[in-house]
Amino acid sequence: MRLRRHRRASHRPVMAAGAAFAMAIAASVLVVGNSADNAVAASTTGVTSRQITLGATVPLTGPAAPGYSEIAPAMNAVFKWVNAHGGIYGRKIKYIYLDDKYDPTTTATLTRKLVLTDHIFADVGSLGTPTNLAVLKYLNTEKVPHLFIESGCNCWSTPKFPETTGWEPPYTVTGKILGYYIKEHFRGKKIGELYQDTEFGQDVMKGINMEVPASAVVSKQSYDVTTLSGAMTTQMSALKAAGAQVVVMATIPVGTALAMLPAASIGFTPQYVVDNVGADPPTVGPLLSSFTTAATHTKKAAASTAALMNGMITNLYQPPESTSSNQWIRVEKKILQRYTRKLWAQHGLDGNTEYGIALALTFVQALKAAGKDLTRASLMKAIDTKAKTFKTPGFSPLNYTDTVHYGYEGDEVVRFTSSVGTYKTPTGTWPGTKVLSPVYVTTTGSGPVKVYQGKEPAVPGTLKATA
Amino acid sequence: MTASHTRPDAEARPSGARARAALRRVARRQWLPNQPLVRHLILFVVGAGLFYVLTVSVGAYNDYQIGEIAVYAIVLGGLSVLTGLNGQFSLGHGAFMIIGAYTLALLQLHADVGLVGELVIAAVIAAAAGAVVGVPAARLSPPYLAGVTLMLALGLPQLSAQYGSVFGGEQGLTTTPPAAPGTLSPERWLAWIQLFCALVVLVLLANLVRSRFGRAFRAVRDDDVAAAVSGIHVARTKVLAFTVSAGCAGLGGALLVLSTGVVNVGEFPLSLSIALLAAMVFGGAGSLVGVWWGAVALVYMPTWSTSLSQHLSLGTSAAAYLSDAFFGVVLIIAMLVSPAGVQGGVRRIGQLLWRTVAGPALESAPNGLAARDGTPSGVAGGGVATDRMNQETKERSRS
Repeated sequence: MRLRRHRRASHRPVMAAGAAFAMAIAASVLVVGNSADNAVAASTTGVTSRQITLGATVPLTGPAAPGYSEIAPAMNAVFKWVNAHGGIYGRKIKYIYLDDKYDPTTTATLTRKLVLTDHIFADVGSLGTPTNLAVLKYLNTEKVPHLFIESGCNCWSTPKFPETTGWEPPYTVTGKILGYYIKEHFRGKKIGELYQDTEFGQDVMKGINMEVPASAVVSKQSYDVTTLSGAMTTQMSALKAAGAQVVVMATIPVGTALAMLPAASIGFTPQYVVDNVGADPPTVGPLLSSFTTAATHTKKAAASTAALMNGMITNLYQPPESTSSNQWIRVEKKILQRYTRKLWAQHGLDGNTEYGIALALTFVQALKAAGKDLTRASLMKAIDTKAKTFKTPGFSPLNYTDTVHYGYEGDEVVRFTSSVGTYKTPTGTWPGTKVLSPVYVTTTGSGPVKVYQGKEPAVPGTLKATA
Repeated sequence: MTASHTRPDAEARPSGARARAALRRVARRQWLPNQPLVRHLILFVVGAGLFYVLTVSVGAYNDYQIGEIAVYAIVLGGLSVLTGLNGQFSLGHGAFMIIGAYTLALLQLHADVGLVGELVIAAVIAAAAGAVVGVPAARLSPPYLAGVTLMLALGLPQLSAQYGSVFGGEQGLTTTPPAAPGTLSPERWLAWIQLFCALVVLVLLANLVRSRFGRAFRAVRDDDVAAAVSGIHVARTKVLAFTVSAGCAGLGGALLVLSTGVVNVGEFPLSLSIALLAAMVFGGAGSLVGVWWGAVALVYMPTWSTSLSQHLSLGTSAAAYLSDAFFGVVLIIAMLVSPAGVQGGVRRIGQLLWRTVAGPALESAPNGLAARDGTPSGVAGGGVATDRMNQETKERSRS
């Protein structure tokens, strides 16, 4: 019987059913299609006198979703706040963010959907390096602004792709500043390195190694993110064996957790210096706890592992969420509380929601600067020429010019420590933040790390009054 | 099917008999000529016509997705021949797609061979890689082969990082889709190219399947000892199947990166290789019509699972793996209800309907439907068809 079935399957005239192909496809087209008739503005795609349509692709499900899925809804909270106060020049913002699961092929497909059927004005705040690389060329060919990509890849600023801009400091810049701090403050100490073996980890380490003398580095360890699942006992044992006193890490939050846990269990307690991508306590803390709980089946151990974050050094380019006295933090909390109740109740203001709010506030400033007659060209021109005057939560100004499409190029070095108090979010209680350095600025090239002399911009009056 | 099978009263009503005979011909798909090439070419034309109508009646975005479906149909076609007909498992077909994709991108950068040249070379190089992998693979039993191909899917992407100056590292290389003639949208033009390639590949595969090689594929799948005893060179047959399959994957990879405009290893994660295998089984292993069901599932599953998780308002942690779980559940159901995949189910429903509608007429021919499965080109387990015997006798005498 089994053989028969096989035989039958293999025997059918193979191409029979042109009809079947077409039916299958017609059915799926019916399910998904049919939004193609959205009105297109006469002059600029995605802009009418009453509405601006924006799009993005972000991971809402899939392995990259935890944490990152908070960013787009947080951005939308800002847009809802703008809409509640009359929009930008009377235009309300419609933000369509689609789930690409951090899969570049899905990103490519969904970005076509945004451009071809949703007729977006611009792609704003799409997340990820491989995902955005998959649509970089398409969006530039179609002349769709591809703005404020949520990734610090050094690749977003190139004259070949003028419609594309980054936003957060490039990874090499954050690496250089951490490296500079280590060089100045841990002179004579043995440095160990742990990095994710992708563009992110390599670029951060490139920056660090530009500052830290090679003779001080005793061991370089890396991990493969595609197979990241278990504790990094091998790497941490190697760092311990090499006698590393300071361990500098370019890791994603999961990587940070999977490195610190085995280190603690083998009695290795170096000074951790972690790039900000993998250092947000409300993001890393729950991971540490859940991994420990899973391994030991006890809640008590979980509580003590969250304390591992205490003493960690990192770098921040916008105010730490724990300083409730900061005016930007106060406004951000209000927007979050008011316009995304669910997010506020589940996460509060953590590294991800703060990121989304700050990014959206930057975009709103750019829209205002582009003026009443909004076109794609006027928006790009506003970003290229007026970005230094935007008032955003970032410590250093946005450095966009017509040739440089990085955003922030500076940050400060801080230490998480409960000696300055603690900070509560719905997911736990975290050590407060102690500032260790002035704000430094630098470039991705060989330029020096300099102290930034300007002041953090104040919250604009309108934002303070209405949020 | 001859007059001897019909009842005497039918003889008395010749018009009724003729109608029944016509019905039986339709049931046996004898409305198409028996010669495989002619038959497949007719279906090619019909398929092309239907796709033309479909693509011109939808928007650019749907054209883009139809193009993607065509690309996956090519890859699944190759995989279906490998697994469904030859019984070899590959967990690493994404790796052959990578080879095809990078070949196309490098050719576009450094050589000027035209689109056809680029696609052909991409397929050939992937096929060559398939042959290289196929040689040791031919000595391995399925679970070990799955392991080897899995390692290929994991290991090959590392090369692009290792030789960043050639392969562009993590950012990869950009590709240029062919310029559309006239006012045609680029999405539609590319979809036509991809559909054309898919139909050509499927016609070629269909002919291969019904040739001496196809019969050897099946003989090896069913019992390699029996096949060897019958004079089939088992290893050579396995390598050939692997080569063909890898070539299809390479062509698919090359066509896919024409759509996305960029090639980097991020586009071909390990999960793609696994999804390809699942989609192939879902459509119906060994069925070249079934590949279209699998391709549709591959393209639309992400959208469906996202809207499902939003509909159920699941948290991100639960929704994270919904897509995989959804694919798994659909696969299990498909296997329970219809082990031959969706295409097998469609075929069975068609037969049931046919029996209900045309039942009375066919009752007169007890072996009317059953005869469809006994066409002489069949090779299965113990039953060795005469033409194969003859052919193998020839081969044996040669060696």
